[in-house]
Amino acid sequence: MDEDGRMQNETGGVLNAFRQGDVDAFEALFHQHQGAVYGWVLRIVRNAGAAEDLTVETFWRIHRAHARFDPARGFEGWARRIATRAALDWLRSRRVEDAMTMELSADPASPALADAAVTAEIRQKTALAFARLPPKLRIAAVLAVIEEQPHKDVAEALGISATAVKLRVFRALRLLRKDLERQGIRP
Amino acid sequence: MNADDQNRLKKLLQQSLTPVPDEAEPGRDLWPAMLRRMDAKPAMPPWFDWALLAGLVGLAGFFPAAIPVFLYYL
Repeated sequence: MDEDGRMQNETGGVLNAFRQGDVDAFEALFHQHQGAVYGWVLRIVRNAGAAEDLTVETFWRIHRAHARFDPARGFEGWARRIATRAALDWLRSRRVEDAMTMELSADPASPALADAAVTAEIRQKTALAFARLPPKLRIAAVLAVIEEQPHKDVAEALGISATAVKLRVFRALRLLRKDLERQGIRP
Repeated sequence: MNADDQNRLKKLLQQSLTPVPDEAEPGRDLWPAMLRRMDAKPAMPPWFDWALLAGLVGLAGFFPAAIPVFLYYL
């Protein structure tokens, strides 16, 4: 048996053991995927502390749902979907003013972002207007527009079709434009 | 809103919010926190939740006609 085949068998063995409720298999999957789950959640909530807590919350939900896991469909997509749901619950529980910490707002001094027409104030107002969007629309827009994730991945994580993702992004942008126009900004 | 408007807004958003780097990792190993979570006892609902439930069941028993009204306002 070649190296790839052996690794696939080992992975399949871990996934099947996890499905049976084996804690060692769960720990192996936790260590293998915690970075990816953390990165995905951070993209949505944009707050490092909250992303760590939500990573633990995600794996807690995964642990409780182990019997419903289908090894044939793979672990990563399933984990991502659960992580997205946990992040959405977190966004819904936040007040609008706290909805997005500015720690991941763009650095106005960054040369890559140098655009004379867009001042730091406009960027800040845009980030705040974005934070006021309904969480469902915000998640779709942050993943598809800011993080430039493939629509297929965003759709899978949200449990909707790629067309629905495009629609949510469109609605998010329309609401964002209205909000900015109310503040006298014409994007 | 046409395609140009959408593209302008997308560009503005990308300038206002930094994408998360691909190599983003948690600042610590989260497994100990996971173990604490797994060992924690499930939270029990507070006593007044049980009292409220008992009250609702009692109300439904005495006034069955109130059930559809109650369901309507859920």
